Amino acid sequence: MQDFPILTIIVLLPLLSGVVLFFLPGDRKQLIYRWALATGLIEFLLSIVVYIGYDIDGDRYQFIDKFDWLPDLGISYYVAVDGISAPLILLTGIVIFTGVIISQRIDDRPREFFAFLFILATGVFGVFASLDMFALFFFYEIAVFPMYLLISIWGWKETREYAAMKLTLYLFIGSVIALVGGLALYFEAGLGTFDMLQLESFKFSPEFQKLWFPFVFIGFAVLGGIWPFHNWSPDGHVAAPTAVSMFHAGVLMKLGAFAALRVGIMLLPEGAQFHLPWIILLTLVNVVYGAYIAMVQKDFKYVIGFSSVSHMGLVFMGFATLTEDGFIGAGVQMVSHGVMTALFFAVVGLIYDQAHTRQIDELGGMAKKMPFVAGAFIIGGLVSMGMPGFSGFIAEFPIFMGVWQSHPWIAIAAVISIVITAAYVIRIVGSVFFGEMPEKFEGHVHDISRSEKLALGVLCLVLVGIGIFPSVIVPMVESGVQHVMTLLGGV
Amino acid sequence: MFTPEMILAILPEISLLVLVGVILVVDLSISKERKGILAWLTVGGLALTFVLTFLLSRPGDETELWGGMIRHDWLAYIFNLVFLFGAGITALFAIGWEQVGKRGEFYILLLTSTLGMSLMSAAGDLIMLFLAIETASIPLYVLAGFMTKDEKSPEAGFKYLLFGAMTTAVMLYGFTLLYGFSGGETNIYELAANIQAGELPVLVSLGTLLLVLVGFGFKVSMVPFHFWAPDVYEGAPTPVAGFLSTASKAAGFAVMIRFLLVIFPAANIPQWVIVIGVISVLSMALGNTLALAQKNIKRLLAYSSIAHAGYVLMGVAAAAHTSLGVTSVVYYLIVYLVTSLAAFGVVAIVWHTTGSDDVSAYDGLSRRSPMLAVAMLVAFLSLAGVPPFGGFIAKVLVIASAVDADLIWLAVLGVLNAIIGLYYYLIVLKHVYLFRSDEDETPIKVARPHAVALTICIISIIILGVVLAPWFEWTSFAADAIF
Repeated sequence: MQDFPILTIIVLLPLLSGVVLFFLPGDRKQLIYRWALATGLIEFLLSIVVYIGYDIDGDRYQFIDKFDWLPDLGISYYVAVDGISAPLILLTGIVIFTGVIISQRIDDRPREFFAFLFILATGVFGVFASLDMFALFFFYEIAVFPMYLLISIWGWKETREYAAMKLTLYLFIGSVIALVGGLALYFEAGLGTFDMLQLESFKFSPEFQKLWFPFVFIGFAVLGGIWPFHNWSPDGHVAAPTAVSMFHAGVLMKLGAFAALRVGIMLLPEGAQFHLPWIILLTLVNVVYGAYIAMVQKDFKYVIGFSSVSHMGLVFMGFATLTEDGFIGAGVQMVSHGVMTALFFAVVGLIYDQAHTRQIDELGGMAKKMPFVAGAFIIGGLVSMGMPGFSGFIAEFPIFMGVWQSHPWIAIAAVISIVITAAYVIRIVGSVFFGEMPEKFEGHVHDISRSEKLALGVLCLVLVGIGIFPSVIVPMVESGVQHVMTLLGGV
Repeated sequence: MFTPEMILAILPEISLLVLVGVILVVDLSISKERKGILAWLTVGGLALTFVLTFLLSRPGDETELWGGMIRHDWLAYIFNLVFLFGAGITALFAIGWEQVGKRGEFYILLLTSTLGMSLMSAAGDLIMLFLAIETASIPLYVLAGFMTKDEKSPEAGFKYLLFGAMTTAVMLYGFTLLYGFSGGETNIYELAANIQAGELPVLVSLGTLLLVLVGFGFKVSMVPFHFWAPDVYEGAPTPVAGFLSTASKAAGFAVMIRFLLVIFPAANIPQWVIVIGVISVLSMALGNTLALAQKNIKRLLAYSSIAHAGYVLMGVAAAAHTSLGVTSVVYYLIVYLVTSLAAFGVVAIVWHTTGSDDVSAYDGLSRRSPMLAVAMLVAFLSLAGVPPFGGFIAKVLVIASAVDADLIWLAVLGVLNAIIGLYYYLIVLKHVYLFRSDEDETPIKVARPHAVALTICIISIIILGVVLAPWFEWTSFAADAIF
């Protein structure tokens, strides 16, 4: 099993597939779509293999592939998964597969669209799997730049140019700041290696950790949408085409959180202990303010965009508690929110494709024409509210437990967000899916195709599955979190 | 005493000289219609020289040859290959250029300039160095003004000449001071020993250094000696502009690092690190901010080239404290060479069809020629420093060397500048991919030689960004070779 480089294939296959796409004839749209679908399906299946094949009682890192890249500087291509990253690999596999299905209707240069989407996927898989800091930065930046093209070319005409540029600049500023921090770590340790496992065991001086932790953590957290650097995210999500919104909110934001954890918290634990107590205040703003802004939006997609800010805040809040519960909750929340928000954006996209509007008060009665979509949205909504029986509960409950242990007052304040979330979800369900359907939609709004139902079905299945059988994910995340806790001094 | 190594050491120079002679003779003896053959002769000759140099001219133990005139070390070796590569690609892009590529003089001047650059990187003696700089520069003045029927080209050539003459004079003054302070020594390495033994006052050595830096600064187009760049790039034939921004700049840096590190080691005169650091920040900031406002793509690339000089200077400043500095400088220059040549290549190709260098002429390029658009995407993203292209590795290396040398402020300002850079490169890509033009349906024709040159550049960009170990090892040899 170990001889088969499955992780490397997962990471590099999308890139290869994207390059091949550039050489396919641009006018054979069916061929291009089939090629993309095949790639997505293979990625999905391989990521399931990794997830199932991960042995919770086994070594901390599994499916290791390693070879020297630039030995003079100690850079290697080093990929492996642990209990935290294995679920994220699966998440990416799910979203890329469903995202390709949802993009079936892309008509303008689909070849370039899928090629850029797959290059993006390589970056994402690479970050989740990298154990080498240099490789992590390498893949991280690969994941960021195709966003610009994807949003600005295929996005929503009104805001795409503005949103794409804003997003790209925000993310690059974050990543280069983190890069300087990463390089400082490398030279300070003086081990001559970017191997994060070796850097973990090096004891950086407390002063050094306190100085550099904010650079690294905040630099990455920008991509996770941490307040006050969240501003790019709703604009970006709204302007992006459906599949890209799914990918972006579903997976890319996790990239920021994950890298902040791996490079920030795990390499600089004392810095984390020093700084996170005030960073938790930022996350509180994320959670409550994000939910509040989501409630007052008129545009369906903006609601979802701001709800992502709110939910990602919970991930960071879980980190900032520095408790085991908090980390477990954050780990599960990354997956749960990823799938949920992909589902939301898919729903928004499917409705917009047919109704050509996203204004909540113009829509109505969609459940009659698209019962399946309505059902999927309601499931997503229940997850979002943290209803027991759905994955959101499995994720958010431990986070709040963790917050309660470390900062009871913040827990009380943050719980308000659940109420607000319930308010905006119910509002959308009520006015978009039920009630009278305006006459102008009569005739051109139809039910979705079978393959689109399949995509939504897969996403719903994951959300309900985790909710009913938490044991499919929680022990795995727990095994990864245990190591984080040892680094933090075995709290 | 004569040894075969002496010949091998100047093999590229000999070969270039022979090539110049051949072109000269063939040019006179063929009819006007068949001048196209000259280009292929040049490209073939350069390719042969490249291979021969690569295989035979590898530096051995003995680095000082020809009475100390020539340094046959890894720095010179690598830069020789870089110049030959640059000249070859430039010649390929010049093919089919009405007023340029069909005239023998163009290739003769190009080769002569390359010869000068080879000698610049290998010069071990002040006199040799000065002659080499002049041999490299004078043909470039002519090349910049080569399109005599054009309005802007002669102006560009003349402007370049005036600036060049001025700065060279100042540099020469610096050389004479060095000659005097060292007690009448011209060999760079012996001169360095004398100067360090002489314990000159810091102000005097710093002053001399600044005088010399004027000349080098002009070559690499760093602030405040950058004024010529936008006008000259805009006016010069595009392949020549590409050559100016890459090979000529690399030659300037080759000389600069050798000079600074050998004659003014930071142990004696630590002040220059700050000077170079400040110039680096100014170059980046000025180049990037002015590039934002450009409507003409050649001017945009000119300002971006000033900014890139700033990034390289970051590595030069760091080189005072860490060997990673020189390594990163050389790596950066190699990457910048292939990337910038590709960018100018695309500009040249588009100009052939549209007749315009405006950024707006790139509207709808991805519909008119998807492959050309991809090439442009790769080149511009590499310039912006995005993986998996060479530009990313190069930027990381210079930033890493700055961090290693404890110049954190420089590293932070450097990465922030990279963001501004990203902005305007993306604006251009927006024209390529997003905007439409009325001529969406008319494809852009790419001539065979141009396609070949562009493909070579693009593949090099990707290889430099993905396969790192061999190139890094070479460039670190160059770093060791200076002393």
